[in-house]
Amino acid sequence: MKAYVGIDLGSTTTKAVVLGEDGGMLGRGITNSRSNYAVACDVALSEALINARFGLIAGELDRSGLDTDAKSEALAALERLFRKHQYLEQLRVFCGISRRIVGSDLLARDQRGALDEILAAMEAEAPALYAPGASRKSDFFRDLAGSRYLSLAEVCARSKRVAFDRLVGLFDKTILEVENVSAGDGAFVAHAEAAYRDFTGAPEALGLALARATAVPLEVAASVGTGYGRQTLPFPKEQIRSEILCHGLGAHAMFPATRTVLDIGGQDTKAIQVDGDGIVTSFQMNDRCAAGCGRYLGYIADEMNLGLHELGPMACASTRPVRINSTCTVFAGAELRERLSLGEKREDILAGLHRAIILRAMSLLARSGGIGDEFTFTGGVAKNPAAVDALAGLVRDNYGKLTINISPNSIYTGALGAALFARRDAQRAAA
Amino acid sequence: MAMPETRETKAPALKDDSQLQQKKMIAEHYRRLAHAGETGEKNVYTFVPGNLTELLRSFDLLPVLPEINALQSAMRGKSREYIAIAEKLGHSEDVCTYVKCDLGMMKSGNVGPTGEPLPKPDLLLLSYTGCFTFMKWFEILKQEYDCPVAMLHVPYQADGKITDQMRSYVVKQIREELIPTLSRLSGRAYDEDRLKELLRNSAQAEDDLVFVLESAKHRPSPIDAYFGGVYYIGPIFTAFRGTKDAVEYYRALRSEVEDRIQRGLGPVTPDGELKNERFRIVVEGPPNWTSFHAFWRMFADEGAVVVASSYTKVGGVYDDGFRHDPDHPIETLADYCMGCYTNLALPARVAMLAKYVKDYQADGLLVHSIKSCNSFSAGQLMILREVEERTGKPGGFIESDLVDPRYFSAANIKNRLESYFQMIEQKRTGGLS
Repeated sequence: MKAYVGIDLGSTTTKAVVLGEDGGMLGRGITNSRSNYAVACDVALSEALINARFGLIAGELDRSGLDTDAKSEALAALERLFRKHQYLEQLRVFCGISRRIVGSDLLARDQRGALDEILAAMEAEAPALYAPGASRKSDFFRDLAGSRYLSLAEVCARSKRVAFDRLVGLFDKTILEVENVSAGDGAFVAHAEAAYRDFTGAPEALGLALARATAVPLEVAASVGTGYGRQTLPFPKEQIRSEILCHGLGAHAMFPATRTVLDIGGQDTKAIQVDGDGIVTSFQMNDRCAAGCGRYLGYIADEMNLGLHELGPMACASTRPVRINSTCTVFAGAELRERLSLGEKREDILAGLHRAIILRAMSLLARSGGIGDEFTFTGGVAKNPAAVDALAGLVRDNYGKLTINISPNSIYTGALGAALFARRDAQRAAA
Repeated sequence: MAMPETRETKAPALKDDSQLQQKKMIAEHYRRLAHAGETGEKNVYTFVPGNLTELLRSFDLLPVLPEINALQSAMRGKSREYIAIAEKLGHSEDVCTYVKCDLGMMKSGNVGPTGEPLPKPDLLLLSYTGCFTFMKWFEILKQEYDCPVAMLHVPYQADGKITDQMRSYVVKQIREELIPTLSRLSGRAYDEDRLKELLRNSAQAEDDLVFVLESAKHRPSPIDAYFGGVYYIGPIFTAFRGTKDAVEYYRALRSEVEDRIQRGLGPVTPDGELKNERFRIVVEGPPNWTSFHAFWRMFADEGAVVVASSYTKVGGVYDDGFRHDPDHPIETLADYCMGCYTNLALPARVAMLAKYVKDYQADGLLVHSIKSCNSFSAGQLMILREVEERTGKPGGFIESDLVDPRYFSAANIKNRLESYFQMIEQKRTGGLS
């Protein structure tokens, strides 16, 4: 089966989308961006291909006659076990690298005992991390392993009398290397088979579906890259497109009536106007200053000791939003502490901050030519309910009642646009 | 414009005869200025828009252009330091960076672009008032140098035309105030025949300049009318309009361009001839000078050629037919002052840019908006939308600054430009790009 790949190398995450010959979505994958862009792309792509395989398995199960509940249960269990094996595989790489680093450093001899203890505990804990019903804070190995490693290191540092800071340093060094080793999608078969073996009481149809889905050859026929890091993608120049075009086309593919797209990403905000075919007619981006972009919310979350995903819900609880004018990320911390010291409530301050960044986006939208119906909001910030509320209110006040689209998969908009370009390029080359 | 070879200009392949000629003219001019103390030659500081070079030269006065010195300082990598000096003196971050760069240069010994010191002004001649900052600039220089100021009030073309009243208002000022001032300063009587001769030279050079600028209507365009254009307007916009040297320079430049047209050559870029013209762009707004060549490459690398620009009209709009007229010497100077690009109201600017997009078969209008220049930047988004509407060609918008390197974010500007060019490509191929 021919597959068309789009990769969006962003400042925070790298996304990949795989489309089939008919342009239908086969799979999508995401990973954290890292120092080695080529590996980030590899990982995102292999995740998208894994996702595509699971899609094929689901398709096979549909034809197997298994009832809907049993089918989705079986798929969920298989994927959970698959992730466990994937985690264990990465943990093995982590063990190897961390032991090598400690072993080659005479001064780190005292850390060896502590490291062994931490690694053994991490391996022992892995099944529980992927037990049925267990919740995980992130899908990225860096976050999952990091969180466990640090808690275990804190205990070990005391019992083994090793400096905690040095154990943290060891983690940082190791994870950098781990992240630059690409697993590749070849591991799919091995992990999937191991997951199936682990799956006690797996329906017979699943085994058959797995075998069939694995046998389908997935041939990447064309790729297009986009995003902040696109110049460093391992693609020739003709296969690189600006994220403006990709977001425009991606938004059009998700919501064909889209006329205006707002994308708030980690370090830039884009206001894009598209025509009925998803072709960009005009755009504006922040040029000289990144105030009011997604990273701003990241800093606020750090300042408040909250997770990024907790900000929106907390701001939604506000009854009297505070008026905040500055959206300078560097000043955000000072603004926040000042407001807190004045006795303002956290939720009211947060609501004000969300409104402030949306106001900035509104100005960019106005400069790009206003907001047309329908209006599609994409990027990481589109997942934040307080930002969405503030945007909806301001759009209504300034442009009247419009349809606002937000896809749960909006983070993949750029990658989807890139994959569509890859498919068009290939079709044009064939014609 | 009119820049000598500098550190950043290692690569430019601008080694044509005309270019060498221009370099010589500049070197000689700055040499005369540097030795003005010994030779007794008098100089007048003035601005590019509305400069009265022929009149000054008819009194044997040498023009000095602080704007040009500021952009030269930027190209020599000095502007950051100069701006810092001006800010230390109390000038705000938002003040026009040309002004701050000029002040910083003055405080650092007033060393000009050729490395020789510039003389103090014998007169500050403000012959264009469309930029309010110019007035403030000379107000500061007057205090610093304690020298006389002559001011010409130039009416704005609010209704898009020059009326007889406007013309006689300026003519009266030139005759009754400016000429007596220049006569006193130079110790020479006003010599109208000499002025006429200089104006005749101007008109001849202007014919050749217009030929060069309009050569960009060819495909491929033999010139870049923005990055290359700033070199071509150099002599006419600065101290040389009306001189024999300028006439010869433009004659040589014209024949070089004629040759390029005949041979079907593309424009010269910092990396040699541009062989594959992919995009034809009209640009509104001045260039960035601190990263001039990096900025140029962002176009050249994508095969983008600027076929027309408004910046090459700030020191005079000639492609609408205006020429200095030796038969009406003072009236023509008045018309010149009122006709330069920045003295045009927004509707006239829109009409000019839309006409460029059509006449030069351009793919669209790109605005380069300058952070510290309100008189240029105000209204540019409206201009963009209007031109888009009238031509049906997509517009683009980027921002940086004239000479403050802090406001040139190369990665972001490159990103916007690439997006803009790809947008054009996509529109061209109906989405199948």
